[in-house]
Amino acid sequence: MSTMTTSRRSFLRALVAVAGSAAVAYRPSALASLVGGKGSMDTTDADYVFVVDIDRCIGCGKCVQACSVENHVPAGHFRTWVERYVRTAEGTWIDSPDGAINSFPPLAEDVTAAAKETTFVPKLCNQCDNAPCVQVCPVGATFKAPGGFVLIDPEHCMGCSYCIQACPFGVRFLNPATHMADKCDWCYHRVSNGLQPACATVCPTGARAFGDRNKPEGTVAEALEEDRWRILKPGMHAHNRVLYRRLPREVI
Amino acid sequence: MTSSTLPNEALVNYIFPNTHIDWSLMIVIYPYITGLVAGAFVVSALYHVFNVKTFERISRFALIAAFCFGLFAGVPLLLHLGQPQRAFNIFLTPNTTSAMSIFGYVYASYMLLLTVELWLTYREYIIQRAKETKGIPGVIWNVLTLGVRTYTPEAARVDHKVTVFLAAIGIPWAFLLHGYVGFIFGSVKANAWWATPLQPIVFLVSAIVSGMAMLLLMYTFIRWRARKAYDLDMIKTMTIYLWCIFLLAFTLETLEVVYAAYEQGHHWTVIGPLLAGPLFDSFVIGQVLTLSVLPILILGYAALSNVWGKPLLYLVNIGAFLLVLQVLFMRFNVVVGGQMLSKSDRGFAEFHLEVLGREGLIMAIIVFAAPFVTYYIISRIIPIFDDQPVRG
Ligand code: SF4
Ligand code: SF4
Repeated sequence: MSTMTTSRRSFLRALVAVAGSAAVAYRPSALASLVGGKGSMDTTDADYVFVVDIDRCIGCGKCVQACSVENHVPAGHFRTWVERYVRTAEGTWIDSPDGAINSFPPLAEDVTAAAKETTFVPKLCNQCDNAPCVQVCPVGATFKAPGGFVLIDPEHCMGCSYCIQACPFGVRFLNPATHMADKCDWCYHRVSNGLQPACATVCPTGARAFGDRNKPEGTVAEALEEDRWRILKPGMHAHNRVLYRRLPREVI
Repeated sequence: MTSSTLPNEALVNYIFPNTHIDWSLMIVIYPYITGLVAGAFVVSALYHVFNVKTFERISRFALIAAFCFGLFAGVPLLLHLGQPQRAFNIFLTPNTTSAMSIFGYVYASYMLLLTVELWLTYREYIIQRAKETKGIPGVIWNVLTLGVRTYTPEAARVDHKVTVFLAAIGIPWAFLLHGYVGFIFGSVKANAWWATPLQPIVFLVSAIVSGMAMLLLMYTFIRWRARKAYDLDMIKTMTIYLWCIFLLAFTLETLEVVYAAYEQGHHWTVIGPLLAGPLFDSFVIGQVLTLSVLPILILGYAALSNVWGKPLLYLVNIGAFLLVLQVLFMRFNVVVGGQMLSKSDRGFAEFHLEVLGREGLIMAIIVFAAPFVTYYIISRIIPIFDDQPVRG
């Protein structure tokens, strides 16, 4: 146990170091200049997607920790989280304690006994192409950026929370520190500097893969080639960019 | 909470970790206050435009009440915004795909319309006071005349025409102002309890109900305080209107639920457990069984029987009071109830009533009291009822 704590701590320290330069760039006012800005990677021609491979996720919660550190996510709110689905004959048992930032506790015995299958499902912003959040923002503070990102302009958000209501996936929250809407942006500040999103970088099993649809590599290429991914809540017609491989039917 | 009341075969109440009730009391009283504006305005317009003669005696009162509520309709929104200093951006940089972006324009133009109509209604009085009054009040009265200090029969005729015109365009405008609020909710496809095209109409009709009921309560109170006679004819007519419009409102509200239940679609998988679970008390028991059924019976009796005098007054006021609460409950059940549905579709968020704080109960009471205080102040300055001249 203690080795685990130590390794987690050193891991986090390493992570902070890696993220350091990017975090400096990530001052709200720097964000606007990052959109196609000088010295940054050109995201204009890219067509990014995010592939989540359900079979690979072990529910360790490293991604949630990394995201929290990278993006200064206030406690009790989540830019990403992991859910545990336990399917039983009677119904579905789900939890995500603290968004799984500390992974998951063992299941209660009766739940384990009744379980047919247990699945871990990472969630994050789908950067929808037909995004309800973009549509409803009264001042255009939430907008679609080149590459597929849905971003929030900290200079313009007035904190009305309409976008939070409109997002069908529950990924948005009102940041108690900034009093503005907040959500996962696939680490736009990192991607535009040639890095991967923090969660994808730390995932030990490669369950999270990020890449350009035009130049797919690795898991992204596999998923696109296989063409059997699914998206969350297709009935919402939001045109999600997060593609799930082997998504169990009970996942909402 | 037992699993039997949970949606979609959930064994435990699972809500997405970001599920919070972000729209709380302020967003409950915001549509409530705009509703009162729309409802009160309709009463004054019924006289001006549709010539409902019995409402002539209260058309000024209704107009001033609408104005007082209107003045504070935007306050709950400002209190709710995380960055209220940016509220004006809704005028400057509206995002036209957002239904919310028209709020600034609709609200501002509506208040302008109300103000002009009010000014025209009181122009003769303002000119008269400007001539009689000295000192600082005299200056204020003079400014209010906008420089025109004569009032000819010809001017009166023009004023009247313009007033009727404003009242006429004011009706669709008030409908827009309030139907818009319903649209904000009705168009959110992510929320099964909100997403219905009936929502704007439900909001609008219940707004008229709340406005009329509130006018009846205010009227009775004011007359009682002033020890003046009650205009029973007017009260009876208003009761008939109120009863009929509430029947329509109740039908639409019920239709929404019956439709979802009968359809047995996705919406019902969450709405059913919501109504059987966390909203049972405030919706089923409160809004429907108590605050809708009782006033339908009470006001129905008052409207259809020959009851007159004190008994009529009591019945109408009890009915109106229940309806004012009904609409408040309805707003709460829509606004807060909808947010109890987690987007996980497998659980319900709890609502915690905040008492202190910017969006708390005390603030809500203060905001809600403000229009009444304003009304009181205005009533000390200008005559609202013919038999209650004011000279201060
Ligand atoms: S997942 Fe929600 S917040 Fe993200 S783009 Fe889609 S609608 Fe917007
Ligand atoms: S909270 Fe901010 S980003 Fe969201 S709709 Fe309101 S102004 Fe737009």
